Amino acid sequence: MALADDPRTGMNPAQPPAMDPSLIDPEEERIARAKRIEGTAKWLLPLVVMALAVWLWDRVVAWNEIPHYVLPGPGLVVETLWEDRALLLGSLWITLKITFMALAVAVIGGVGLAVLFAQSRFAEMSFSPFAVILQVTPIVSIAPLIFIYIENRLVGLLLCAWIVAFFPVLANTTLGLKSADHNLRDLMTIYRATRWQRLIHLQLPSALPYFLGGLKIAGGLALIGAVVAEYVAGTGGIGSGLAFRILEAGYRLNIPRMFAALILIAITGVLIYGATSLIAHLALRRWHESALKRE
Amino acid sequence: MAQPDTSTEPILRLRQVDKTFAGNIVALRGMSMEVRQGDFISLLGPSGCGKSTALRLIAGLMRATHGRLDWPGGGEGDLGVVFQEPTLMPWATVERNVWLPFRLRRQSLAASRQTIHEALALVGLEGFEKKYPRELSGGMKMRVSIARALVTNPRLILMDEPFAALDEITRQRLNDDLLSLKAKTGATVIFVTHSVFESVFLSNRILVMAPRPGRVIEEIDVPEPYPRGDGWRNSHAYVEMAARTSNALQRALHPESEGV
Repeated sequence: MALADDPRTGMNPAQPPAMDPSLIDPEEERIARAKRIEGTAKWLLPLVVMALAVWLWDRVVAWNEIPHYVLPGPGLVVETLWEDRALLLGSLWITLKITFMALAVAVIGGVGLAVLFAQSRFAEMSFSPFAVILQVTPIVSIAPLIFIYIENRLVGLLLCAWIVAFFPVLANTTLGLKSADHNLRDLMTIYRATRWQRLIHLQLPSALPYFLGGLKIAGGLALIGAVVAEYVAGTGGIGSGLAFRILEAGYRLNIPRMFAALILIAITGVLIYGATSLIAHLALRRWHESALKRE
Repeated sequence: MAQPDTSTEPILRLRQVDKTFAGNIVALRGMSMEVRQGDFISLLGPSGCGKSTALRLIAGLMRATHGRLDWPGGGEGDLGVVFQEPTLMPWATVERNVWLPFRLRRQSLAASRQTIHEALALVGLEGFEKKYPRELSGGMKMRVSIARALVTNPRLILMDEPFAALDEITRQRLNDDLLSLKAKTGATVIFVTHSVFESVFLSNRILVMAPRPGRVIEEIDVPEPYPRGDGWRNSHAYVEMAARTSNALQRALHPESEGV
């Protein structure tokens, strides 16, 4: 809608007025400046502090002449990362594979079960206790049993990672499916929508922001599940994921390699979080409160 | 056709309809009314008088405890609905929101587009097809909601206090537009409201309702024919009808003072 020109000044409000020093509000100027500084600090500060921490780490090792089999300096860790890159990247690939497969199964299983729960209150009452029990029982205490009962090591790892990752997807999606606007639900009834139409046109879109919130958590948890499961599975198998490399390096007192593998896991976790956040942002930016910029 | 058609059968008839909720709460007692093609009927009353219950019964969202709801010409459920909130799908554009009733009938967007644009033009929203609800003001969202209710050209449109949450100026403008819309399309409307002025301004019949138990205590005809011109809001007849309706509403609020 077009705004009328201001009748008092004849000025179009869309154009900035000529600078009249008496019109400058020092309070507002100060707030605007603070906002600009904050915008820069948001990415600069973590970088500076991170660099400082690495530098301090390096200095502490050098000043105290700490042997590298106790605490390697950052330089040595990076060097090891580069020298062992073939070995470590191969392991990273295996860990990633398990993580993403588990995440995929968690999404399919979590959303599928949530849809089932949304269709039938009785199904939810009957099965949600199992989901909660699976969630609250620490995976390290279930994993040994899983590796006894399941021959295939890959399937065992996958199952562990899945158990850890699927609950946030299930819980969030269930909540989302139920949180559809009640007037829109009435409208669906009035227009005689089928169950399926109601699910596709109302419940699933309503659940999308909740699901994506669950996915962000599940992504990190799938990685944790994959790593923890591999620890429990031990070195006895054919496994050679990053957790296996850390264990192996530990036995050999190859501390720099332990650090290198650890850093790779951390970076992977951050990247997964970044990727899921990006997916959520792209999916919601057109319409959802969480992704909108306030003016 | 802008005038209510009294010559033929009503499209909807309520006979002695009661609704009792669990715990013996009587929401509605002995409601009877006839809705004819072209009627604009207001259900006016304070909170708890059963006006929204009546609307939900007609919408088929609940069933009457006693009494009958008949659709003499058939067409039960051929409805458009406007709620107090715009009730749009935030993830869909204006166009796709208005498409919903067609979509649920498995009619493609391409096949519906012409009708959707006509409905949007009727509510003054040409050119907003691709906008998302969040990009619109409260009044514009309500217009989209009205377009969605109109788009299938239903036999009956139900409106449940559609403008109650809007500011006074937007509300007046929407009332003006609803009146001209009514004149243009000849739509049949049941309109729930708290406002005496709104009910007199818009409708040809007002059912004044009272609470505990919810019931109709007075039926007021507003004889002013459609289309109602620009002068209607300031006319003597309007002021007189408003005073009369206001008195009836007073009786609904304070039955003891009238010795009923």
